[in-house]
Formats: sequence, C-alpha cells, structure tokens
Amino acid sequence: MVLDAVTLDTGDMHSLVFIGPSGGGKSTLLRIIGGLEVPDGGTVWVDGVQVSYSEADLIQYRRRLGMVFQAFNLFPHMTALQNITLPLEKVHGYSRSRAEDTGLQLLRRFHLEAHAHKRPAELSGGQRQRVAIVRAVSVKPRILLFDEPTSALDPEMTAEVLEVIEELKHEGRDMILVTHEMGFARAAAEQVVFLAEGRVVEHGEGSRIMVTPRQPVTREFLSKVMRY
Amino acid sequence: MNRLKRFILLQSSPGDSASPRWPAIAGNLTLSFLILVSLFYFAFSQVTYQWAWGSVARYWYKFVYGWGVTVGISFLALAASLVVGLAFALAQRSRILILRYFSKMYVEVVRGTPLLVQILIFFYVVAESLQVRNRYVVGVLILAFFSAAYICEIIRGGIESVGRSQIDSARAVGLTRTQTYRYVIFPQAIRQILPSLTGQWVSLIKDSSLLSIISIREFTLNAQEVNAFTYSAFESYLPLAVGYLLLTLPISMWTRRLERKYRFET
Repeated sequence: MVLDAVTLDTGDMHSLVFIGPSGGGKSTLLRIIGGLEVPDGGTVWVDGVQVSYSEADLIQYRRRLGMVFQAFNLFPHMTALQNITLPLEKVHGYSRSRAEDTGLQLLRRFHLEAHAHKRPAELSGGQRQRVAIVRAVSVKPRILLFDEPTSALDPEMTAEVLEVIEELKHEGRDMILVTHEMGFARAAAEQVVFLAEGRVVEHGEGSRIMVTPRQPVTREFLSKVMRY
Repeated sequence: MNRLKRFILLQSSPGDSASPRWPAIAGNLTLSFLILVSLFYFAFSQVTYQWAWGSVARYWYKFVYGWGVTVGISFLALAASLVVGLAFALAQRSRILILRYFSKMYVEVVRGTPLLVQILIFFYVVAESLQVRNRYVVGVLILAFFSAAYICEIIRGGIESVGRSQIDSARAVGLTRTQTYRYVIFPQAIRQILPSLTGQWVSLIKDSSLLSIISIREFTLNAQEVNAFTYSAFESYLPLAVGYLLLTLPISMWTRRLERKYRFET
C-alpha cells in the first residue's frame, strides 16, 4: 500500500505543492487526483463534486485536467504541433485548422514556434517539457497537474520549465505540483503538503511550512534537502 | 600491408567509418561466394552421379508454374495471417479473460506442434467437417492460422514495447482505449513489428513447401513430380532450392534494411 489515511481539505486555493521523500506517495496521490490511478478506498472531491472512478466517467474527468509527467510525455512519432493538435481534434472536437491555429498560437506564446514541426527526438529535454506543458494547457484544463516535471532535466532546462510554470501561475491557472525543487515550491505554492510513508505529515500555507515546519519529520527533511 | 588490412578487416579504429569500402565489400562477397561454390563442387564431385539436365529442362514450365503458386499462396497466407494474428494479439490484451486464455492456448499449441501434423489434421478433419473442398483455400487457411500464432507474438511484442508512460500520456490527454491504440500504440509498435514481419514472410514461403503433402501443386510438389517423371534426383531439387532463394533472399535483405532504418530512427 502506497497511500494510507490521507485526509486533506484544501479549501479554495490556486496552487498546491506536494513535497516529501521519494516513495512517500506524492506521485500516487497526484495520479489518483488526475484519474490515472483508482484508489482502493476513500473519496476525492474536486470543486465540490465527488470524482467517480468508473472508467467511463474517468475518461470524461481526465479531459478536464492537464497533466505533465516527469519524462516521455510526448508521442515520439508526432511533431510538437501534432502532439498538441491530437487531443484537440480527437478529444475536444476541434477542426484540424482550428486545432493547428490554437497549437501554433500557444507555441508562439511560449517561444517554441521554431520547433513546431520537429519531433521530440530533435528537441532538448527542456523544450520537450515545455511542449508537453503547452499540450496540457491547450485544452483549457480546470487544473494543471505536474508530476516531477523537472526531475529528468539539468539545472538550466529546469529553470526554463519552472519559468513557464510560474508564468501559468501568474495567469491564474490552478495547479497541483509534485516537485523536488524546494526553492520553487516555496515561491509558487499557496499550500504545501508534506507526505511521507503514505501519510500527510503536514499541510499548510507554503510560506509557513517551508520556513517554520512544525513536525520533526518535515523539519528534518527540509534541513536535509536545503543544506546544499 | 595497410591496404591488405583494409581489405581484410572491418575498419573500426577511431575516425574511420564503421562500414567497409566498396572494393572490400565486393571482393569479400565474391570470395565468400567462391568458397561456398567450391565446397558444394567438391561434395558433388565425390559422389558418382550422372547429371541429366536435359530431361529435367523439358519440364521448365512446371517449375515456373509451381513457383508462381508458391508466391501466390504465401502472399495470401501472409495477408490473412496478419488479420488473424492481430486479432489474437488484441485478444491477449483484452479484459475478457476467456479471450486472453484462448489466444494464449492457441499460440502455444500451434507453435509447439509440427506444421506437418497441423496440415494433416486441418485438411482431413477440420476442412472435411466444414465441407471446404477447395484444397487451395484450405492450404492458404492452414498456413495463415499457423503463421498467425507467430505473428500474434510479434505484434504482442511490438505493442508491449510501447512504454507505460506513453499509455499514461494518452490516457491523461483523454484518449479512449481505441484511440490510444490507433494514434499512440500502433504507429509506434509498427517500427518493431515490420522487420520481424518480413522475416516471418520468409519462413512462411519455406513452410508452404509442406503443403505438397495434401497435393497442392506448389513449387515443391512440381519438383517432386518432375523428379518422378525423369528418374532424376538433384536436377529437380537444385532448381527448387534456387527458386526459393530467389524469393527469400530479397525479402530478407529488405528485412535487414528495415531493421537498420527503424533502429536509427528511434
């Protein structure tokens, strides 16, 4: 069992960050919220509505979210633009030309228009993640979910991806993030959840938890990862 | 000295291209061919055998006809076995348990028994009970269902080579199961599948020779008949070997090209 007794009431908020040691259940929790994993028990409520975990309902549910993974997000046999237009056309019923317009417009906004017709193999890791973010954003999702989006990137690319995420936050997008970037968590998180061994150890305002954690486990974790 | 080395050895020192130059390719190919020919020549010269090509040559049209039938049968069987193999592969990934188990069992039984036995049972029992009288139809079906077991495994391997994260991505953007197969899994799996598939075609062409036992007038049966008419032995079987090579060599060269192409593209 990866998760156990997770009770979390976030109230109204715009950005939530999960932190904690590896194997602590952060990604699993995010995948449950994202409708990719079905919990053995318990309920998830989004916008006051309980998420139904039947496969048919999940397909509808996932369409209202945008998800970005650690790596291998993009479909390698398609160009960056096709990666964006596929869900627009096949899932959200856009016409081809409207999907392409939307895709190109977004790529331009994130300074990726030069790469529109390249395949993922021709892009750098940072560019790939940015295209993946554009794909997630393109469907105007209710919430954006990021599962360690920079863990597979070097520091420079990490920065360029985090910049994009920050920009989306300023735009007022609602997001949930799993990240190991503590500095970023501190800057971007309205609320932070510290998960360890499948439990919520601490949950509260980002600025508070990152600076004055109350639980010893949190304190120990933060001091360890902040040391370098 | 250096020139000799360059002729004999694959150049793999840093800075050199990994593939040999064309004189080395041509020279070494010719040499290999000559060695092979002289080995055969030596072996045949040891047996005292009266060659009688003249009597066999009169029946050249039977070879041509038989070769054509073999090409046709193996091509039709390949096409049919693609459909059947795909169905079995999808069955193995189905959520319906009986489909999974049935497909698994089928694959194991077909791959674990000799084609000869399958032909006899299928022809004399299954086809008979289903009232299928045309032996060519039966022949194509037997080969197709035989080859389907192998193709099923090839396709299944191709599908499974598409990583979990790709399927996650597909689900996350909201694609349905069918859409995931169509837009994400199949286009990627095909790169894995295609080279193995042409390889399977080569096997299929050779395996079709066994259909001679149910009197399908393909290449091998024609050669056997010429053999019987002329009381010869090797004169009809050697053209048979060459005839199969004419088919299988180009396909297996094509297979290698595909393998290289898809290895570098990923």
